[in-house]
Amino acid sequence: MKLAGKAHRFKQDDDINTDYIISGRYKFKIQDPVELAKHVMEDLDPDFYKRITKGDFIVAGRNFGCGSSREQAPMVIKYAGISAVIAKSFARIFYRNCYNLGLPAIEADVDKIEAGDQLEVDLNSGIINNKTKGLEIKIAPLPPTMQILLKDGGLVEHFKKHDGFKI
Amino acid sequence: MGKTIAEKILSAHSGKEARVGDIVIADLDYLIGQDGTSGIAIDSFNNMGTKKVFDPSKIAIIIDHSSPSPNSGVSAIHKKIRDFQKEQGIKLYDIGCGVCHQITPEQGHAVPGDLIIGADSHTCTYGAINVFSTGIGSTDLAAGWTSGKLWFKVPDTIKVIYNGSLPRGVYSKDLILKLIGDITADGATYLALEIYGDAIANMSVDARFTMSNMAIECGAKAGLMEADKMVLDWVKAHARKKPNPVKADKDAKYIRPVEIDVSKLEPQIAKPHTVDNVVPISQVGDVPIQQGLIGTCTNGRLEDFQIAAKILKGKKVKDSCRLIIAPASKQILLDMIKDGTYQTLLNAGAVAVTPGCGPCVGTHNGVPSDGENVISTANRNFKGRMGNPNAFIYLGSPATVAASMIEGKIADPRKYL
Repeated sequence: MKLAGKAHRFKQDDDINTDYIISGRYKFKIQDPVELAKHVMEDLDPDFYKRITKGDFIVAGRNFGCGSSREQAPMVIKYAGISAVIAKSFARIFYRNCYNLGLPAIEADVDKIEAGDQLEVDLNSGIINNKTKGLEIKIAPLPPTMQILLKDGGLVEHFKKHDGFKI
Repeated sequence: MGKTIAEKILSAHSGKEARVGDIVIADLDYLIGQDGTSGIAIDSFNNMGTKKVFDPSKIAIIIDHSSPSPNSGVSAIHKKIRDFQKEQGIKLYDIGCGVCHQITPEQGHAVPGDLIIGADSHTCTYGAINVFSTGIGSTDLAAGWTSGKLWFKVPDTIKVIYNGSLPRGVYSKDLILKLIGDITADGATYLALEIYGDAIANMSVDARFTMSNMAIECGAKAGLMEADKMVLDWVKAHARKKPNPVKADKDAKYIRPVEIDVSKLEPQIAKPHTVDNVVPISQVGDVPIQQGLIGTCTNGRLEDFQIAAKILKGKKVKDSCRLIIAPASKQILLDMIKDGTYQTLLNAGAVAVTPGCGPCVGTHNGVPSDGENVISTANRNFKGRMGNPNAFIYLGSPATVAASMIEGKIADPRKYL
């Protein structure tokens, strides 16, 4: 799987929690994921949604997605047009939720990625190519379970295909 | 080599020798969802093409996050949940029953040795009664409803030992805040905690729930304790199922130990906007407070309100403050009325809301205004958590919140005890 787009970074780098990704005050009110996605990261960066071009990446530091189990968090990221989240590390529930929805959550050293950098991500070879800076960054290998879920397009599709878990 | 509690429970439920790092598919004993997550779970369940849940007697949905409904969007989700309940014959705890993490053990759905999932991150609460319980997302819940199973990566475990006895004015909330401050918000990501020590052995089951509840705030998958006599008596009084207590082997292998001496600990405060931003109360400085909250799945139990009532008896919440109380279940509310705790708190100036999550999740029941400081017994102080990104949330024990209400600023409860 190959992905391409520009990097978005935030004023807070570590511990970006699910309340930041989508606030509780919206997640109950709005059920349409397309409408909900307009509020992605709003409390951290009110104009973020407007700056996204389809295919772009969210790039962050440690413990991305900590906090609640709300699946609306990876859902709004996906519906906002983000093709993958690249972070130093992820919180566990968020990480699972991403792959359950078919959204790659990629662990990598992000120190050499700045906001606006053009990135190409090759999940098969495990390389992020930072075109702007002309350098390559290695991705932590995807666990086999996550590779299966991603290949099937998420857990719903996985269950439809295999009538249960086949991991 | 011996096994940890996590390895043992996941072995027993997968029929395999579950060791750290293994991926196992395990049978689930109980599955819960709440109104913030179950709507998407129902969609995923329908999209999977499933017609019937694997076993309706093992599934509950609890309407607690926005209850009663504050707007038509939430009402639509609640209706969807009620329709699903009728169609599938599962258990529904509707508005006013309480918070899912109080209801599940209180109504006897969780017993030692169980494996439980919940579409809510604080599902780790039942670790206090020796249950491997963990939070998952909506689609994982739908997969559980369909198959009765879920995959787990067997976690490594941190062994946490609290030595010494609790000083006056220091509670289980302070102990868990101290740990989170020490190991940070991702100190236990992908790991389980096993929590031991003299301070725990002398603690009520209510107080233990507070600690396991917050295991997720350092990233942990589970916050496990042993089932001692106190736990087994508690479970016997609440559950119909037979418990299967699980102890770690003496030679179980841990990723690391963490030891905390509680004997000199002060009350602890988590400052805005992260739960690991923890300081002893003597270092918090002068922080005026406009709103207090006692309640939630962390500290909304009878003992918590009794502690607050003891401090507030015959006193008044300062004029510049509002105190909201949200019992974690209807049973707790009834118990509070019965023993006079409720009246004491109302007389002191508290405002009671429906048993449930109350204002913790920012959907209703007390959204703070811009620039206001809140002191809360909840488990999260993220920016915007209570519905306003321009408010500041401090976390502490029920005693600390009660003392702070008297003074209108963050106050040390020890002088009122």
